[in-house]
Amino acid sequence: MSLVEQEDAGALATTDAATDSRAARLMKRRSRIRLYEVAIWIAVIAAYFVLPSKMLILTEIAILALFAVSLDLVLGFAGIVSLGHAAFFGLGAYVAGLLALHFVAEPVTGLVVAGLITGLLGFLTSFLILRGSDLTRLMTTLGIGLMMAELANQMAWLTGGADGLSGFSLNPIFGVFEFDLFGKTGYVYCLVVLFLGVMIMRRIAFSPFGLSLKAIKSNAMRAGMIAVPARKRIVTAYTIAAVFAGVAGALLAQTTSFVSPDVLAFHRSADVLMVLTIGGTGYLYGGIFGAILFTLVKDALSIVTPQYWMFWIGLILVVLVLVGRERLNRWVDYLPKRMAGREDDR
Amino acid sequence: MIKGIALGVAGLAAALTTALPVTAQEAVKIGLILPMTGPFASTGRQVSAGAKAYMAAKGDTVAGKKIELVIRDDGGVADQTRRIAQELVVNDGAKVLAGFGLTPLAMAVAPVATQAKIPTVVMAAGTAAITKASPFITRTSGTLPQYSMPVGTWASQNGIKKVVTLVSDYGPGIDAEKWFSKEFKAKGGEVVEAVRVPLQNPDFAPFLQRVRDAKPDAVFVFLPSGVGALFMKQFSDRGLPEAGIKLIATGDVTDDDILNSMGKPAIGTITGHFYATAHESPENKAYVEVFKKVNNDMRPNFMSVGGYDGMALIYNALEKTKGDATGPAFMEAVKGLSWTSPRGPVSIDPDTRDIIQNIYIREVKDVGGELQNVEIQTFANLKDPEKAEAK
Amino acid sequence: MLTILFDGIAYGMLLFILACGLTVTLGLMNFINLAHGAFAMAGGYITVVLMNRYGISFYWCLPASFLVTAILGLVLERTLYQWLYKADHLDQVLFSIGIVFMSVAGADYFMGGQQQLINLPPELSGRMDVLGVGIGRYRLFTVVVCSLLAIALQLILSKTRFGSRLRAAVDDRRVAMGLGINVPLVFALTFAFGSGLAGLGGAMGAEILGLDPNFPLKFMIYFLIVVSVGGTSTVSGPFLAAMLLGIADVAGKYYVPAIGPFVIYALMIVMLILRPNGLFSRGIGR
Repeated sequence: MSLVEQEDAGALATTDAATDSRAARLMKRRSRIRLYEVAIWIAVIAAYFVLPSKMLILTEIAILALFAVSLDLVLGFAGIVSLGHAAFFGLGAYVAGLLALHFVAEPVTGLVVAGLITGLLGFLTSFLILRGSDLTRLMTTLGIGLMMAELANQMAWLTGGADGLSGFSLNPIFGVFEFDLFGKTGYVYCLVVLFLGVMIMRRIAFSPFGLSLKAIKSNAMRAGMIAVPARKRIVTAYTIAAVFAGVAGALLAQTTSFVSPDVLAFHRSADVLMVLTIGGTGYLYGGIFGAILFTLVKDALSIVTPQYWMFWIGLILVVLVLVGRERLNRWVDYLPKRMAGREDDR
Repeated sequence: MIKGIALGVAGLAAALTTALPVTAQEAVKIGLILPMTGPFASTGRQVSAGAKAYMAAKGDTVAGKKIELVIRDDGGVADQTRRIAQELVVNDGAKVLAGFGLTPLAMAVAPVATQAKIPTVVMAAGTAAITKASPFITRTSGTLPQYSMPVGTWASQNGIKKVVTLVSDYGPGIDAEKWFSKEFKAKGGEVVEAVRVPLQNPDFAPFLQRVRDAKPDAVFVFLPSGVGALFMKQFSDRGLPEAGIKLIATGDVTDDDILNSMGKPAIGTITGHFYATAHESPENKAYVEVFKKVNNDMRPNFMSVGGYDGMALIYNALEKTKGDATGPAFMEAVKGLSWTSPRGPVSIDPDTRDIIQNIYIREVKDVGGELQNVEIQTFANLKDPEKAEAK
Repeated sequence: MLTILFDGIAYGMLLFILACGLTVTLGLMNFINLAHGAFAMAGGYITVVLMNRYGISFYWCLPASFLVTAILGLVLERTLYQWLYKADHLDQVLFSIGIVFMSVAGADYFMGGQQQLINLPPELSGRMDVLGVGIGRYRLFTVVVCSLLAIALQLILSKTRFGSRLRAAVDDRRVAMGLGINVPLVFALTFAFGSGLAGLGGAMGAEILGLDPNFPLKFMIYFLIVVSVGGTSTVSGPFLAAMLLGIADVAGKYYVPAIGPFVIYALMIVMLILRPNGLFSRGIGR
């Protein structure tokens, strides 16, 4: 990373034309579609045909993946550790649920509205996280998350309180595709949204904007010196992440046609952080890999030992860290260069 | 690339091996979904223990069908409950769903029950509205209005004039507060103050001080079981009994599971509930014996009876339908079903599919060195007042 | 009024004892140890087992739970934690969450999921009236023990040789080692001491806060609030923060019960915005 930056800076000193072409080449190289990306999308589409009985858990994975990828934008790119990302997820879920209950039961509209409203919350709260150390940000985001959860419980007239929000059902998507008991429509729906979401975030993350975020993450002061407006960039990134977290929450509300107050619970923020760190931060797909791994392992363990699965998850985490998370989730790095299509800066 | 595919394949393989249900034609699979981990784990533990005790006592075949119990953990998270329910129905071929530790968990499953026409037996969750959420839901625990109201009746009959209510600030707590106050006021009592305690609350000091300052004759309390025990200790530590304030509560507070370790402060507490380990009947004696044998000497509480009776309901209904577990037939059989449970006579209301049962007013006493909820008054065959009123 | 103030102080003291071990590991050793609550839970369970199964007096249980959790901390530090001092924060979070999960399931396995209760000796239960102010005996006991501990802690850190070694090791590990300070030993002892304090806090808190297998998860948030508001570079910071939070929480719930649950979180966010690095930060963010 820093090497490239130095190269970049060096390039700046030379002629403008040369800079342009070098910078352009660099950006192109960074944003090129890698083969493993194609593979993962083929795999998830294939899952629809190969595993018809596993639609529900796959849906859960897709939603968790979108949620984790949105966190990656703040954590992996902007370097903000958040323990309150569920605030947006939960708000999205409630907005989608309330919308379906009182106004329109059309799912796509619900997604858009939920995304917009959570984006607004993200924008407003982003100003709180501009100062302080990792720990300060961790706690500020955590506090916002907990207050949202308490708010949902208190506003029982609107949210149903601890009983949850129920009694709404969704119209078929675009009036054509109906949600079925096997969860097939749900899975395809979530998959399409996940794909679009990841592609949009990918475009953002691998643009000069994303590069500037990474610069802020590595050294905010130096980034400031090369005229990167750190605060503005963080606000923008946080808002975008909030939008997608809200969309993920809305997906959950729509596919389960129920919103319970635990969409805002602390454990959801902690889970998504865990998922992302297992999968690896800073390359977006970490969220997807983490979600697949975490959900499958958890599900398998909780079938084998319903009461004590937490012990084994804990053990896995401890071993994972001791062995070295880096070595495990940077598996992409060990692919032959040409295949992975990666460049040296990661 | 290759590794990418390999990972995908490995993931798929892992998913596949967890599936592959073994379907025996003659087996009726019952999916028991409970919080086995998380803050409500003790509910899951008691309910599943009760269900297992029933199967240990009555065998695992009914009407020629083998009963198979599949226990799954939802950790108390509603979307997990829903997914597990859906998977049990779609993949594992479960014919009946049961369990559900908390109201939102049951509510989340209601659409699945309706859509798949799966009989769903709520064994623990206590908000009145649950059975209205789907025509395939029935209940064997009880509702909060059902056992908070009699406490109000009892209080007004026993010289208590001024009461402060103190409940957990969530659905069931608000239900308890509402129905106690309603009954108590109707009988001429006065509720001076209504205190609500957040669910995540480590210290009761400020709330207890409020109660003390209001100087009532008694305080009516609903708190989830584990928290209730803590409350009890702080209640007596703060000298409220000496200040002449009586503790009346729903039975959740003097949960039989942990009552014995509460010690002296608990003695004299008046509670209303549908089951006490000390209930005097041959059925209960047999139940407690089997339960302790199967479950490592654990003391059964009201949740376990919900699990036990849930299984009783399933067995009885299957007996009636001659093994037909399809939704409409099963639910038809459930309506009006009655049997003698360890808690006393119970039946299922044909109109609401909710349970009709006796509610007992109990006092905590030291019985042969063990603290017990000793029954002092019985309100026979109560329906859920909320749904009764709505009609 | 004064009763409420006193209750708040007692609650704050308890929070302080529970959290101050975390201040040490987080602030001095720069290790985000979310598993801190697991040590507190261990202390609580040790007290419960000793009292309820073996009938040992509550007064002996307190030092016992301190010692046992300290040893436990020492063992874990030597075997696991020491490898992660240099790992990045995310690794530490992941690792310690793993430990929390294991401890939660382990406690459930060995002790069962129900709430554990202890019966205090009679002289500690009940309350007394001092000049018209009702004071719980146990709360008074908590306040006394915790204040003594806080003072002792401050003295150890600022006045003893060990304290100065620790501060040296924290400020610059390499230079400290160059001066002949056995840094790993200092860290191990500090970690053990911090864990022991958590164990003691758990033992004392069992009466007021309760004890079940979810203890580490339930109270993790409170520990973190105390530490982040108080800042991690001193002992007095978290002490004041714990007092402030304790009093604000209790008073908030007493006077304005409708917004009671929000008070503590709102206060935290406001404090963090005003003083992002803690009450008494040394001015340099980490």
